[in-house]
Amino acid sequence: MTTSTTAPILSVKNLVKHFPITQGIILRRQVGTVKAVDGVSFDLCPGETLGLVGESGCGKSTTARTILRLEKATGGHAEYEGRDIFAMSSREVRALRRQIQVIFQDPYASLNPRMTVGDIVSEGWVIHRGVVPKDKRRARVQELLELVGLNPNHINRYAHQFSGGQRQRIGIGIARALALEPKVIVADEPVSALDVSVQAQVVNLLEDLQKELGLSYLFIAHDLSVVRHICDRVAVMYLGRIAEIGTIQEVYERTGHPYTSALLSAVPVPDPQRRSTHNRILLEGDVPSPASPPSGCRFRTRCWKVTDRCAEEVPELIDRGADHPVDCHYPETPAVTG
Amino acid sequence: MTTTGPATNSEALVRVDNLHVEFRTEAGIVNAVNALSYEVREGETVAILGESGSGKSVSAQAIMGIIDSPPGFISQGTIEYRGNDLLKMSEADRRSVRGENIAMVFQDALSALNPVFTVGWQIAEMFRRHRGASKKDARKETIALLNRVRIPAAEERIDSYPHEFSGGMRQRVMIAMGIALSPDVLIADEPTTALDVTVQAQIMDLLSELQQETGMGLVLITHDLGVVAEVADRVVVMYAGREVEKAEINALFASPRHPYTAGLMQSIPRPDISLDRLEPIQGSPPDLLRIPSGCAFHPRCPHVQDICRKEVPALRSLEREPDRLSACHFAEEVFQ
Repeated sequence: MTTSTTAPILSVKNLVKHFPITQGIILRRQVGTVKAVDGVSFDLCPGETLGLVGESGCGKSTTARTILRLEKATGGHAEYEGRDIFAMSSREVRALRRQIQVIFQDPYASLNPRMTVGDIVSEGWVIHRGVVPKDKRRARVQELLELVGLNPNHINRYAHQFSGGQRQRIGIGIARALALEPKVIVADEPVSALDVSVQAQVVNLLEDLQKELGLSYLFIAHDLSVVRHICDRVAVMYLGRIAEIGTIQEVYERTGHPYTSALLSAVPVPDPQRRSTHNRILLEGDVPSPASPPSGCRFRTRCWKVTDRCAEEVPELIDRGADHPVDCHYPETPAVTG
Repeated sequence: MTTTGPATNSEALVRVDNLHVEFRTEAGIVNAVNALSYEVREGETVAILGESGSGKSVSAQAIMGIIDSPPGFISQGTIEYRGNDLLKMSEADRRSVRGENIAMVFQDALSALNPVFTVGWQIAEMFRRHRGASKKDARKETIALLNRVRIPAAEERIDSYPHEFSGGMRQRVMIAMGIALSPDVLIADEPTTALDVTVQAQIMDLLSELQQETGMGLVLITHDLGVVAEVADRVVVMYAGREVEKAEINALFASPRHPYTAGLMQSIPRPDISLDRLEPIQGSPPDLLRIPSGCAFHPRCPHVQDICRKEVPALRSLEREPDRLSACHFAEEVFQ
């Protein structure tokens, strides 16, 4: 899928995660299945940022949680540096989670109010003892704080003691992730809850850190403007499947899937002059339930190009050239022939 | 606004003048809104743009008369509806204005709706209370209203509870309640912030359609420059409880006249253009208990001078552009 010759650091193939719907308290029986993730494949290359975008409930966070083995996969494969993640022993999983760190959305909820900044950032070293020797830890925490643009002298403060603390709290979350010297960072909506003026600072920080440390990012987000800015490639998800995947330029400028077209056209453009020229595709209704997704193409119930074939045949994520696979029977851009 | 005194513009439906709202907390007095003035006319959309703590939501709650008091108090200013000062009205008169003349749509529909009553019951209550409608008539009107905000199968959905709706449908219910009594002015406080982008587009589309049908004035409170650019006619930019800039929409985006507005515009990524690097505003919005002296934006301003730390700049029209209002000591010098 990738053009570069370097092997992907993270490779996901046909990932499936179904949650059972149960009924009854004593005699629990399964009455259905929520198909949260239903056949997702992508590669993440070293040093690259892959965006995983989609609306709430599309399975983007579940995909990440399953890769990290925070959920048990129902099917499919995931490899980290060529090693099968789902076959790893618990010891190996622990080592994996050092290599792949997560930054969560809500910096406030993910910080323990009873711990100082120093405690929070260094907590991972309690498990991963070998990363930094004990006598160097305090100095290393201060280095990390400086790296994420925080005052290293604030090591003994509590998170709530920062005034105007959004920027500081997300900074602590990032420093904490970096403390374990990961190669991959899964960022789950890292800037969604931030004020506009702070969001740009954090986006720039993530870009700088990537350059400096050679990190790979799996960037989970619903904000298509931020994704366009920060990502190299993007996978658009709808109802547990990837609708299309490709470079930012391909997906944003030669959009293949009707859902992506609708999604992109819905993003408000901060330019009042473009109001009249902006062709908005308004989707009807709501996303169907992942417990009973439509047959065939999952987007067909809301698609304006739908034919009988869409209800019968499940489309495949086919690359029609330009390294830009689209999961649609009738992609917007014509297939590249030859 | 600089024009105070008798109602010079008869079309103004709601006129807020020199509004001050403070919260008397144990930690001290929080000046949430400071000298805010604006007006809304028929069919017009006024956006109040600001980040968290800018006072944008509190100012709307003041208009509706739903500030928790104590600790919140309106310490100065007037809020007029068609020339009548709401702040001098009896609570009974106020109640009849609320909903009938000025209504509000909240951001979080799940917590604004009562979970133990069906949405139909909650909407119909408005007709029963305000209009004295019979149960049967109220139900009929409610179904018509749900159809109007395009909730599919309204006859069945009327008996559903709030949790049985999706986020977008719930927000439609909120809007239905907002427009139930055909108000002149609808205040929408971040109506789409919690929604997915395709749903946001549906809701904004619905709001502007309803506005065209009814000619109501819309006050849109938001932090989203994109949403503002799509729907607003005029914009009030707020920072730390004060209005820092007021302008017509095209003028504001073409040439902001306050460093904060300019900074916001440079710091946002665009969906339609690739940018090399974002230019953030340094620092964070201030803690309202410790609003910086002078111009509240001065610690983050790239053009700061001594006077900015000492004197609070008043909102004024600019020398060469009398139709532009900015609260920056150096608006003329910075933006040439």
